[in-house]
Amino acid sequence: MRALPVGDRALLVELPSGAEAEALHAELLRRRAAGDLIVGEIVPAARTVLLDGLADPSRWAARLASWDIPPAAPRTEAAVEIPVRYDGPDLPDVAAHWGVPVDEVARIHAAAEFRVAFCGFAPGFGYLTGLPARYDVPRRATPRTGVPAGSVALAGPYTGVYPRSSPGGWQLIGTTDAVLWDHTRVPAALLAPGAQVRFVPLGAEAEFVPLRAESEIPLGAEKTTGPEAPSAPAGTT
Amino acid sequence: MSDRALAVVRAGALTTVQDLGRPGYAHLGVPRSGALDPPAAALVNRLVGNPPEAAVLETTLNGCALRPRSAVTVAVGGAPCPVTVDGRPAPWGAPFRVPACALLDIGHARAGVRGYVAVAGGVAVEPVLGSRSTDLLSGLGPAPLADGTVLPLGQPFGPHARVDVAAQPAPPAELVLRVTPGPRDDWFTAAAVRTFLTRAYRVSSASNRIGLRTEGPVLERARPGELPSEGMVLGAVQVPPDGSPVVFLADHPTTGGYPVIAVVRPEDLPAAAQAVPGTPVRFVGVRRR
Repeated sequence: MRALPVGDRALLVELPSGAEAEALHAELLRRRAAGDLIVGEIVPAARTVLLDGLADPSRWAARLASWDIPPAAPRTEAAVEIPVRYDGPDLPDVAAHWGVPVDEVARIHAAAEFRVAFCGFAPGFGYLTGLPARYDVPRRATPRTGVPAGSVALAGPYTGVYPRSSPGGWQLIGTTDAVLWDHTRVPAALLAPGAQVRFVPLGAEAEFVPLRAESEIPLGAEKTTGPEAPSAPAGTT
Repeated sequence: MSDRALAVVRAGALTTVQDLGRPGYAHLGVPRSGALDPPAAALVNRLVGNPPEAAVLETTLNGCALRPRSAVTVAVGGAPCPVTVDGRPAPWGAPFRVPACALLDIGHARAGVRGYVAVAGGVAVEPVLGSRSTDLLSGLGPAPLADGTVLPLGQPFGPHARVDVAAQPAPPAELVLRVTPGPRDDWFTAAAVRTFLTRAYRVSSASNRIGLRTEGPVLERARPGELPSEGMVLGAVQVPPDGSPVVFLADHPTTGGYPVIAVVRPEDLPAAAQAVPGTPVRFVGVRRR
């Protein structure tokens, strides 16, 4: 852990991995809730946590170094389910990067268990981790000038859902009707840092129920269309 | 709508509703927003008897024109500019009364960029996450004013201040920004850090509420590659790949992936909000407090 001063009132805590950043973030939230930490903003990111609005950053830098931080515990609340149609224009490109047939992308993606590592870019935009590292994809060489709201997209190790239409360079694999951000709702953001998330393919129930009912379907066929993907272990970052 | 309202006759280049902003939501990707020149916004509020959290109008360079539906008390501050009511001169930097349906015109700034218009009772648009501020990065809060927009006003809070004219700092002829180094100064060559702290920059016309962009000597990185996204603070001096420093202002993104070479002291940012394009900028290294 390395605590870098940022101006006079903030501290950027850098960690060796995303998992350790998540653990520190959880610990900071616990300490703030307990009244031990008074701070304006706690902003987790890829491998850092920013503490902004601290009265005495250098004192906190020394304190943090002495903490024994437990790994982030699995959340007790249910995962947020995001219904998705895997119909994005970049499915073929993503399939090519992954080295799998196009229709495998949806199966692999929907089988993973995601966690909101951090938010940014736009209100309600979460950077979700959960796909194994071999499924990292580059951003598109040329960003799109308009990505529709509800687009489910991949870049690097992250999955994200565009809360509103905006320019964007991520690979689009699907669309959802879920409302990621609604300032009249409490809470406004569907996804907050630390939340667990699952993508549920739309029409999956309709597809899978008849399959289970028809015992004549060869076992192999059921395996390739089934919701569990052995190649995507749950919760891996 | 009640007669406690303001009709916008001329919206100006960019006029937005601003208050103290919406801090506390950076972890959800929500910028702090709020007036770019907080002391100027606070002063005009005080002049009309509003509390500090009342929403004011922030104009950009060429002011705006407004027609209140009932008589209101108004104060104009920030960038110095001519003010008229139905064509007759009205004070700048002091409270005055605008009769119902009179035309209040806030003219082109004589110096500086952002003007502030407070009306007794404050602009009473619906708050979003506790703030009425327009956030131009993420689109939260009311849209920028357009000709014909009608803004609701709150009930006056109390008597206006008894002053002839309130002193306000002049917009800067040269912008001196005190900075503390880091957190990513080690991403730049020693020569680049020296250049940043000694050479002159200029305010770029591409500046906005998100950032004060500068033009000047390009800052060379000491290392290639990408910095993973990390949290950003107000006043962070981010250096994108083109090598020209950008000072983050109120509508800045909450996370970013370009290295921050230094952070500007918050008390120097109101002057940054008033620096017209072309103003010389110097970044002066100071000790951390």
